[in-house]
Amino acid sequence: MNLAVEELQKKFPDVIREVKKGDCLTLICGREGFLEFIEYLKDQKGFVYLIDLCGVDYLNYPAKNWEERFEVVYHLYNFEAKELLRIRVRVPEDDCWHYSVVKLWKTADFFERECYDMFGIEFKGHPDLRRVLMPDDWKGYPLRKDYPLALSEEEEWEVYKELVKKNKPKR
Amino acid sequence: MAEEKEIKEQEVQEAQEVQEGGEKRGIEKDTIEIAPGVRQIPGAPVIIAAIDKIINWARAGSMWPVTFGLACCAIEMMATGASHYDLDRYGIIFRASPRQADVLIVAGTVTKKMAPIVRRVYDQMPEPKYVIAMGSCACSGGVFRTYAVAQGADNFLPVDVYVPGCPPRPEALLYGLLSLQEKIKKETKRWGCWR
Repeated sequence: MNLAVEELQKKFPDVIREVKKGDCLTLICGREGFLEFIEYLKDQKGFVYLIDLCGVDYLNYPAKNWEERFEVVYHLYNFEAKELLRIRVRVPEDDCWHYSVVKLWKTADFFERECYDMFGIEFKGHPDLRRVLMPDDWKGYPLRKDYPLALSEEEEWEVYKELVKKNKPKR
Repeated sequence: MAEEKEIKEQEVQEAQEVQEGGEKRGIEKDTIEIAPGVRQIPGAPVIIAAIDKIINWARAGSMWPVTFGLACCAIEMMATGASHYDLDRYGIIFRASPRQADVLIVAGTVTKKMAPIVRRVYDQMPEPKYVIAMGSCACSGGVFRTYAVAQGADNFLPVDVYVPGCPPRPEALLYGLLSLQEKIKKETKRWGCWR
């Protein structure tokens, strides 16, 4: 691993909370100052490729020993050094937003829209934050752990409810 | 006396059998049966049958499904249409427009987001139209008992034939289509002013 973690920790002491070494180097970060941090990684450290960006809901997670409910996970890749880097950013439930990285990577556009769609994490600075998988008028965020697996009749999506009401064949 | 009577009856029976089996009479003599209950006068463009029979025969012989695949079942539907199983030999030809189609094969998982679009495709088809629910998902929602998946296409479409399987093999889909043909052949009063 060519990336000098100590140097990074010295440079961004408020951002990096924890460093983990497993299948790949993982940095657990806070939200404040994150944008400068990731911009530094891209411009100065050669992590030019955003592989993916996704959300995680840690509601009722047994091994959880931190406060925030959500996480946004980034995978960055350095082509020259062939290094993979995982960044986990903690996001609290009340005040559920995070910084958008669309300005750095165009790829992040749909990733962030999906994350917003599934977890309800709002990305500040996103040019067009709409739902991408679920219909625009869908209520709730399906990948949250407290979202029901199947919807009851009252919770049903209005458009589908109307469709069934109008067209269900009589037997 | 009793013996004589029996012999006479036998002779009469034999004579009848000769008439039925060998020499045909009346309509059977002058026409050829080209489909059950449908007869044609040889050499003339004339068909004799009940009008329901003719129309059902024509409909069953040229069911045109609309190409509308939703998930993995669509791959199996394509395989059924391709040369190995060859739907063309049943007069089943896929059409790319619902306005030229008779059958909607709901091939795959219908999500709630997709359901209104499936219904619209069905609404755009001209009468008479039929629906085949292909695969477990289209029949009942299958393994996807979730918030996003419609629990069966029959919630919003009048399904004629259900083809189970995950996905059904081409033979199964073929059997479903042939069952639909049988169903169409038994229809009455589904044309003209009776519709």
